[in-house]
Amino acid sequence: MRLAGLAWAHLRAAPLGSTLNVILMALGTASIVLLLLVGHQIGTTLAREARGVDLVLGAKGSPVQLVLSSVYHADVPTGNIDYDEALRWAGDARVADAVPLALGDSVRGFRIVGTTPAYLELYRAAPAQGRVWQAPAEAVIGAAVARGTGMGVGDGFAGVHGLGAGGHAHGQRPYRVVGVLGPTGTVLDRLVLTSLDSVWNLHAPHLSHTRPASAVEDTGRTPGLGPIGPVPGHEQGHEQGHEQEQDHEHDHGEDRVDASAPMPQAVHVQTGSGQQITALLIRYATPLAATTLPRQINAQSSLQAASPAYELTRLLGLVGLGLDGLRAFAGVLIATAGLSLFATLYGALKARQHDLAMLRCLGATRGELLCGLLLEGLMISAAGAALGFGLAHGLVEMLGQWLAQARGVRLTGAVWLLQEAQLLAGLLGIGLIAAALPAWQAYRVDVARTLSEG
Amino acid sequence: MANMGQTTLQISDLRFGYDARPVVDLPALSVSAGRSCALIGPSGCGKSTLLHLVAGLLRPQAGRVVVAGHDLTVLGDAELDRFRGRHLGIVLQRLHLLSALSVIDNLLLAQRLARVPCDASAVRRSLAELGVEDLAASRPARLSRGQAQRVAIARALVHAPALLLADEPTSSLDDANAARVLELLVQRTRAHGTALLLVTHDRRVSGLLDDQVDLDGLR
Repeated sequence: MRLAGLAWAHLRAAPLGSTLNVILMALGTASIVLLLLVGHQIGTTLAREARGVDLVLGAKGSPVQLVLSSVYHADVPTGNIDYDEALRWAGDARVADAVPLALGDSVRGFRIVGTTPAYLELYRAAPAQGRVWQAPAEAVIGAAVARGTGMGVGDGFAGVHGLGAGGHAHGQRPYRVVGVLGPTGTVLDRLVLTSLDSVWNLHAPHLSHTRPASAVEDTGRTPGLGPIGPVPGHEQGHEQGHEQEQDHEHDHGEDRVDASAPMPQAVHVQTGSGQQITALLIRYATPLAATTLPRQINAQSSLQAASPAYELTRLLGLVGLGLDGLRAFAGVLIATAGLSLFATLYGALKARQHDLAMLRCLGATRGELLCGLLLEGLMISAAGAALGFGLAHGLVEMLGQWLAQARGVRLTGAVWLLQEAQLLAGLLGIGLIAAALPAWQAYRVDVARTLSEG
Repeated sequence: MANMGQTTLQISDLRFGYDARPVVDLPALSVSAGRSCALIGPSGCGKSTLLHLVAGLLRPQAGRVVVAGHDLTVLGDAELDRFRGRHLGIVLQRLHLLSALSVIDNLLLAQRLARVPCDASAVRRSLAELGVEDLAASRPARLSRGQAQRVAIARALVHAPALLLADEPTSSLDDANAARVLELLVQRTRAHGTALLLVTHDRRVSGLLDDQVDLDGLR
């Protein structure tokens, strides 16, 4: 029987108080760890997905919306821009690389992006099966798309107009999957990539759309976003209505087509001749470009230039206000746990005066009594911390598995951060502080008087 | 086991008081190994205070207390605590068994604090000597007062101390239990060669011990 055993026995002797303190400590810990883990992983993911993109060119509007829609594919675009004008900026000496993106269609909630193979290089991605698209109507799908739709190399599908369910189906111009990307942990996992020509061809003037019977009337909630290139027959109000939020509950059967059916002849489009794209991702040739190029584009053109790094910082700053509030709440929980622990130990001290005096009679030193009480505080806080850490990591892992299936977003509980070690040290410190005064009282117990009193 | 006849406790010119009011003024007292001595006197005559001085729980204002060859008055606080754990056994009127621990854990903790090897078989033997071995796993709250007093004696003797201090150990027991506990105390201390210094206000009890000192008569 060691003093640690005695401390443990004292905690077990008061199960209600001990359990309550552990739960309080665990809830506060779990809240903070959850925020740390999710915040860190989302921040890391956002930064990783914006890696290599210094500037985004798009239609005038909200710069945050432009970055979210073009880099993270998490919002509707601000509109389309003239490809020729975008190309002029792409040729600027301050630009090292430029990747065009043409949005507008989707399949089963996954966005179809017209682009160039440079987009794959941006994320160092390559097909795990098949090859990169070479001809119009050929598509490469991300890992999450393959998992979510069950499609593979050789399968065909029809894009649906808009970024959500219920749009016009391009049934007469199916895509054919020619490659499947390996998991990258980036936004590519959730995209269907094809050539710019494919997207332009699909929305070529002489082709009409077939509308699925289940399609609901467009609501026109996103002005400016429409098909890539001019599409006769799409009236303004109709154009506005092509955009809808992603919804996985629509009928998935309508977009699958017979891959063995002959592909329609692609309509030849002269690249860059009057076509439109949604955005142009730019990597600077020199860091100095950051000081002049965005300002010049915004002042001298009809385009908008937005810096992902800046907008991301601004966005996270806004989100951070909410996170700070949650952190403060979690901090209050931990402080409450500390106070409760103090109240429990201090309250029990009076009842344990005779025990403490007897321990001194049995040979315990003042220091050992002090350590015993501190140990009780440490045990409570350590148990609360362990439970809280386990709870938070477990929840993040579960959340990650759900998000991976539902959104293709990677989140894992099997990540440990340096801040968690700091938090653990802080929690143990709180346990020590909460037990400090009771421990000091134990240290100062007047044995002779306590025994005389009876 | 201490050598029988060897002086275990030796007190000389011991003085202690509160606010210049003398409580203990004892010129000399000695108890040898295996022998028992009763400190008798009415309430307030300083019996318990003398016991606390011998236990090192109070510091005398003058005089010496030598236990097993060690002068307690020159030991530091922590040394005194460790000495008390190793060489003294204490049985109090109120039992003060640790309620959070089982009977056997109470005795194992006493061994641990005495800095002797924890030996569960020695603990069980000690409980058996007092006839309470079947209570090893019980919680103190489930024991009768007589059983608890036996456990307290077993705990005080489990590390084979040189000197056992007992403060009114039978005052809360009925006559039958008091006689049995007293008999066990004397018997076990003699068997272990432990010196026994027992405080009591009951002169019938003191008659059963080898020696007695009337503190009231010394005032």
